[in-house]
Amino acid sequence: MNYEEFRDFRIADFHRLFRSGELTPSALTTAFLDRIRQTDDRLNAFLLVNEEEALREASELDHASLDDTLPSLFGIPVAVKDNICTRGIPTTCGSKILADFRPPYNATVVDRLRRSGAILLGKTNLDQFAMGSSTENSAFGPTRNPFDPERVSGGSSGGSAASVAAFQVPLALGSDTGGSVRQPAAFCGVVGLRPTYGRISRYGLISFASSLDQIGPIARNVEDAAILFEALSGEDRQDSTCAPYPPFSCREIPPAETVRNVTIGVPREYFTSGLEKPVADVIRHTLDRLDREGFRLQEISLPHTDYALEAYYIVAPAEASSNLARYGGVLYGYRSANVQGLLDLYCKTRSEGFGLEVKRRIMLGTYSLSSGYYDEFYLKGMQVRTLVRRDFEKAFEQCDVLLSPVTPGVPFRIGEKVVDPYQMYLTDVYTVPSAMAGIASLSLNCGYVEGLPVGMQVMTAPFREGVLFGFSRWLEAFLDLPTPWPGRFGREEAH
Amino acid sequence: MAGYNVTIGIEVHCHLSTQAKMFCRCGTDYIGKEPNSLTCPVCLGIPGSLPVLNRKVLELALKAALALDCDILPRVVFHRKNYFYPDLPKGYQISQYDFPIGVNGIIRYEVGGLIREIRIKRVHTEEDAGKLVHQGEGFRFAQSGVDYNRSGIPLVEIVTEPDLTSPEEARECLMMLRTIVRYLEVSDGNMEEGSLRCDANISLSNTPGEMGVKVEVKNMNSFRSVYRALQFEVERQSSILRSNRPVIQETRHWDEMKNVTVAARGKEEAEDYRYFPDPDLLPMNISDALLTEIRASLTEMPLHRKERFMNDYELTGNEAEILVTNKNLADFFEECLKDFRKPRLVCNWVLTEILRYLNEEGQEINQSKLTPRMLAELLRLLEKKEISGTIAKNVLEDMFLTGSGPREIIARKGISFISNEKELEKIVREMIEKNPQSVADYLSGKEKAFNFLVGAVMKATRGQASPELVKTVLARELQAGG
Repeated sequence: MNYEEFRDFRIADFHRLFRSGELTPSALTTAFLDRIRQTDDRLNAFLLVNEEEALREASELDHASLDDTLPSLFGIPVAVKDNICTRGIPTTCGSKILADFRPPYNATVVDRLRRSGAILLGKTNLDQFAMGSSTENSAFGPTRNPFDPERVSGGSSGGSAASVAAFQVPLALGSDTGGSVRQPAAFCGVVGLRPTYGRISRYGLISFASSLDQIGPIARNVEDAAILFEALSGEDRQDSTCAPYPPFSCREIPPAETVRNVTIGVPREYFTSGLEKPVADVIRHTLDRLDREGFRLQEISLPHTDYALEAYYIVAPAEASSNLARYGGVLYGYRSANVQGLLDLYCKTRSEGFGLEVKRRIMLGTYSLSSGYYDEFYLKGMQVRTLVRRDFEKAFEQCDVLLSPVTPGVPFRIGEKVVDPYQMYLTDVYTVPSAMAGIASLSLNCGYVEGLPVGMQVMTAPFREGVLFGFSRWLEAFLDLPTPWPGRFGREEAH
Repeated sequence: MAGYNVTIGIEVHCHLSTQAKMFCRCGTDYIGKEPNSLTCPVCLGIPGSLPVLNRKVLELALKAALALDCDILPRVVFHRKNYFYPDLPKGYQISQYDFPIGVNGIIRYEVGGLIREIRIKRVHTEEDAGKLVHQGEGFRFAQSGVDYNRSGIPLVEIVTEPDLTSPEEARECLMMLRTIVRYLEVSDGNMEEGSLRCDANISLSNTPGEMGVKVEVKNMNSFRSVYRALQFEVERQSSILRSNRPVIQETRHWDEMKNVTVAARGKEEAEDYRYFPDPDLLPMNISDALLTEIRASLTEMPLHRKERFMNDYELTGNEAEILVTNKNLADFFEECLKDFRKPRLVCNWVLTEILRYLNEEGQEINQSKLTPRMLAELLRLLEKKEISGTIAKNVLEDMFLTGSGPREIIARKGISFISNEKELEKIVREMIEKNPQSVADYLSGKEKAFNFLVGAVMKATRGQASPELVKTVLARELQAGG
């Protein structure tokens, strides 16, 4: 199989070849497995390649009768971020503490992927427990950016974003707490969606911050992302926070001609001094083109943006400190050897099993929840969160979509920010507010700076994913950028 | 108790009678089950699993709160109570904090013939923790295992205000609470099996209306141990105060074997549970419709029922007390009255023969094969003198064993002729013919001869005839014959 030939393929194109008999699910799976084998030494996007089982599943599909109505993800390999539980298959959260953990059950999204005919190709690298913005916090080494292996892939879904960008897999699942799908998608030039909170079940997603975590699709184009989202969304009786709302249907996506009627809001607070000039230029250039195209662009204000990041770093660690309490060496996961007594068991297990960033956030969260500080920190954080949500509610009274940058800069160098947590946190400054508000938000490639991708963030009101996809698909076609094809890694460098 | 004012408040935890656990579908019937056989990713806190509230928990807790006259809070919010312990799979317990189910309630109960009212501070729900099982002896070989079968079983926690003034009151209040939860069918209230547990706070002071230093006593698993542990504390604290030493604020455990309370390992700092609303469970509003529905399902409370039994059925306080304390027994009693309206007779049988049998067999009335209808029928036969009291007792035992009705048993045992006067007449005549001397003696005025003839008839019927009936028939036949 020749990758160059397939680089612009969508799910629909693979399905066409399946139907015509020119391709089988086995052949496709084998091809992607080959691609992973050739490239992943350098990229480190995968923590586990599910080779045998994937081939077995694919060969079962080879014999399926192919009529016009194939299940939406029939025969399509999908990679899953390694904080999403897969029955019997290690799910490590990128940490030492869960290095040997094999969940006894599947996450709801994994069951839904299977029901849609997808093939689980492997588990992808991430920042430990999804805490980080560069995938440098993985206990199993960083994932490199396919566009420049000296740079980070973003985080925490860096493995998923890099694997899709490098075409090791056509689709992947990430999880987004403060920007962990959109930021790496932007760094890797692919499409990443953070759905409205409650649209995809969290059952089986190992919790970081329950009130913020959302699983999101990562794809090479908007259409594929929508198809993947359709397969995953919908109520789940095993997750009380999952919205009692009908599953998303691709039929909700408005046709291209109606997209031109949307009003575009541009939040003033997202274009301040923190935004690096090359990125700002690409974004502004895109906005100018839209303006010339006749779109109604409107500057709006989200006045509490400045406080959103600070509030996020109160609320998310607070929940994390509680969610991560279960890793104590008693029931599962890593247990320190040679402990004396219960307290020692907890202390040593957690000291040895968790990475630095995880410990930092546990301490931060424990502090802000402790008596005497709860009102001052956690409660204040939640109040700010309400204000941030109201900002968006007001904005969406005036416009249908908001456009903004995804990240303040292009992918940074490995090691560059890891020494300064605050600098690292700042890379999420444009993705955190929408996560705090629980709205739908998507990252889409809108250009390059010196060969490195720049993402555009498209946001809509909760449950308006139809509009979100409609506009993004139109924008994707309008920009008409080449599908990402980074070739500067693996054996291809020799060519 | 030498002049000190005793102030006690209790906290009662009851397992709610649900089929499934609080946040998953695992079963709750853990007694005698293989450790960890009733578990799933949710109640084991396996990473990625999420709790989903069992609605029945809310209904039962609301029922308890309403029965205790609580104000119901309009919103239910679950909080996480964070602390580390191996019996706690998630590292936190899902509980309720500033939004319990109910607040400001009242419990009424009787002590020494007087009605007491104790204020209820709050009623809330929480999930139970697992259970530690320690094996082996000595420091080196000891092993501890955790059984999570109990983890996630729903509890309702009832907290009283410190309105109790003696260990006896505390015991009576606890007993009434157990009776109430049993009445409501909210919990089986079984202390031996750990489905009802009690902690108590106790303080002593010199000045009336003022509380002293509070000591918390835990690990009391029977009414007796609650009473004795508190009594021990009253004496211990009195003697400390008498010698002008300060009582230390601490948590103490009741040692059942040694009959003493012992200080739990001291904590250097106050515990900080870092409560915050559980983000995995959204707040819920309690609808008026639900409240109306639950209010309608409330049963008569035991104290009220006791008074009614005394007034309507003319039972003594003691009789009524025994009946109402066991709701099933009281229900059985009233059900029986529907078929046989003689409260005194029914009460006697229930409190003597039936209770004796149940106690011997270790059975509950609702587990037995005896139905109220069967007892009513038996008592009717007895009243009509168709059977003797001895036979009735015999038949009753048979009913317990077989579940057959009295007539069926009487027929099977060949006692059937007794209900048939004609048959009895035949035997009586036979005996008159066989014992001419005794007849002559009787007719000449010797009363003893009559008793001899009764005995002969009884013997001929293998003791299964009603002596009353035998006497009646014999007298009639002798008269007719003479």
